[in-house]
Amino acid sequence: MHRRQFLKTSTAAIAAAGVGTSPWRSALAQSGPIKIGLLAPLTGVVASGGKEMVEGVQFYLDQVKSEIAGRKVELVIEDDASNPDTALQKARRLVEQGNCHMLIGNLLANTGLAVANYVKGTGTPYFIPIIAADDLTQRQRIKNVIRVAGYSASAFTHPLGDWALKQGYKKIATVSQDYTFGHEQCGGLAQVFTEGGGEIVQQFWHPLNTADFSPYLGQLADLKVDAIFAMETGADATRLIQQYSSFGLKAKTPLLAAMNGTDQSVIRTLGEECEGIIAPAHFAEGSDNPVTQKFVKEYEAKYGKIPSLYGFSMYSGVMWVAEALEKMGGKAEDREALIDTVLKTELTGSPLGKTVKLDSYGNPIYDVQIRKVVKRPDGKYWNVPVTSYPNVSQFWTYDPETYMKQPPYSRSFQGIKKA
Amino acid sequence: MTTIATQPALQSRTFAGMTGRAVAVAAIVIAVAAALPLVLSNYQVGLATEILIFGVLAMSIDILAGFAGRTSLGHGAIFGVSTYVVVYATAQAGLSPATSFALGIAAATLVAVVFGLLAVRTSGVYFLLLTLALGMIVWGICLRWTQVTGGENGMRGDVRPEWLVSHRAFYWAVLAAASLVSYAMWRFVRSPFGLTLLGIRDSESRMRSLGYNVSVHLFVGFAVSGFFAGVAGALYAMFNNFVSPSTVALAQSVEGVLMMIAGGVGTLFGGFVGAAAIIALENVVSSYTERWQMVLGITFILIMIFTPEGIIGTLRAMLKRKER
Repeated sequence: MHRRQFLKTSTAAIAAAGVGTSPWRSALAQSGPIKIGLLAPLTGVVASGGKEMVEGVQFYLDQVKSEIAGRKVELVIEDDASNPDTALQKARRLVEQGNCHMLIGNLLANTGLAVANYVKGTGTPYFIPIIAADDLTQRQRIKNVIRVAGYSASAFTHPLGDWALKQGYKKIATVSQDYTFGHEQCGGLAQVFTEGGGEIVQQFWHPLNTADFSPYLGQLADLKVDAIFAMETGADATRLIQQYSSFGLKAKTPLLAAMNGTDQSVIRTLGEECEGIIAPAHFAEGSDNPVTQKFVKEYEAKYGKIPSLYGFSMYSGVMWVAEALEKMGGKAEDREALIDTVLKTELTGSPLGKTVKLDSYGNPIYDVQIRKVVKRPDGKYWNVPVTSYPNVSQFWTYDPETYMKQPPYSRSFQGIKKA
Repeated sequence: MTTIATQPALQSRTFAGMTGRAVAVAAIVIAVAAALPLVLSNYQVGLATEILIFGVLAMSIDILAGFAGRTSLGHGAIFGVSTYVVVYATAQAGLSPATSFALGIAAATLVAVVFGLLAVRTSGVYFLLLTLALGMIVWGICLRWTQVTGGENGMRGDVRPEWLVSHRAFYWAVLAAASLVSYAMWRFVRSPFGLTLLGIRDSESRMRSLGYNVSVHLFVGFAVSGFFAGVAGALYAMFNNFVSPSTVALAQSVEGVLMMIAGGVGTLFGGFVGAAAIIALENVVSSYTERWQMVLGITFILIMIFTPEGIIGTLRAMLKRKER
């Protein structure tokens, strides 16, 4: 009834205003559901994260009964198989065959970049709550690729570098997976930390899916540093944290991690070896903010686990698009307007318990929480904020123009200031 | 349909080395293929383009596997090198699409030459392992040489020239290219040189005692096959406007080999049938279940058990039985 009523009024409105040459047609085009194409890795190396992405989206759509701005929402889920070629093919399928009004999702940066390059040609709005590649909201921005409820990789490690300085750390060593996401997170920390007078003693880069960290841990133990920063995702994170502890390093050197290193998807399966690790992020499931607590509790009740960043980000991402659509009366067909509205929309319902808005480059501005892994009364571990950096820009305190003149972080450029 | 075109030509040659019947069949197949975009949706045209490209890759593998008895697991890497070079040349170096295309094929041929030099001394499982290892080296380089290849993230760029941007135009261009190289490959395997390869496949020692230089023949065969894989790779660069290490990964080589086997080893044109079967299956099944890889696996096992000669091979055998 609701939809029919909406249709009636909108048809009348359009006809009355005389918008377009064939008002009845545009009304007709709008009668169908809003089609959202969701790309998630349901198979391949990051399949477990992909499933939580789908959960996050469905969790939101269930809450709004699959209806946004009075229109039904049709969610089309495709598996990107953790592979950029497959992701590209599935994106084509969703846009060209599925006639989706927008795409959302992808987990691995390479899949996201492949899809971004494709939608650059088609103009389809593409939302990336998980893809963190810095340059998508910096040097190589594509207008219809928007990081709603996402984050750029180095945005959270900049404040971590500052926090490390405040702890009095002088020397830090890093160990990281050897790919762009790792380069960017390490670079963010290294730049701020060295510019503030700290020293990056050594950086270890290891291939993805490293089973045995002992060669690195042995060398790390000999370095006599004040803290070690680890940038690990998925199974690598689990293994590093376990081996860090069993090597006896945990008792000696504090471990700092990238946000993904202590994400629920990792520490859910861990015991006390993960306790005390520090990691920066916008979302802390152990925050005492009542809005966050409500979200965590409901999610836990539904899926039987504390939400991970994947679930949280996709949930917030869809909510962001939904809030924009509400503003524009659900006209998902109008891509230009949708993109502009999303860019201007400030997310009010975020589980962060605070309004989030995008900067002029399409990257969200968050309060970055420095989080510590602690044990909950029921024995599960979660991230609790220790301190917070309000309104952190992806450019930290640098001037965007100057910042973007320096090369993107890579294995060879870590922004390290020569002493 | 294409089976007939691959029948040994005992009849007198009439046109460009093809019998009248073969010309007719080829003309009909190409005409039907050319008419496809008129009835298919844009997305399906995209799929058809992909099928043609992978068909060429599968055929290039078939030159070695079906006609020289050497199954290569390194062709995905050769294919991908061409893709990488084309994307790099257009997006990073700013060269024209035509130059990039030529460079890509040249690079792939060069890689095939190196592979060939190392691999032709071996056969059977050793050849398989050696080409696999060489392919892994290429993959490793693409993954780790971040400054040039973009590492895990790969490279993007507008590779396709302006006049090929539409789905249909590009499909027709790929169809033209695929027809041309298919014809070239078909001529190649039926040439005296190709027949020598067949001889080597059947009995290496006999060919050697007849005075043929087996290594040189295999080496040239490998290089030629690499050239055709390079053509497919260059087309793929234009298709995707994107390349990442997954394009040179082992999975790519395996997929090419599987397409060839599904179509029929030694049938050459089976490559297209295999590519069509696998790409279609992937697309249909994956939209119904996330366990699509399992379904694919089972399908391969069933193909191996029931039609070990592949789709084309089996059809051809059935036709023969009928004629008798």
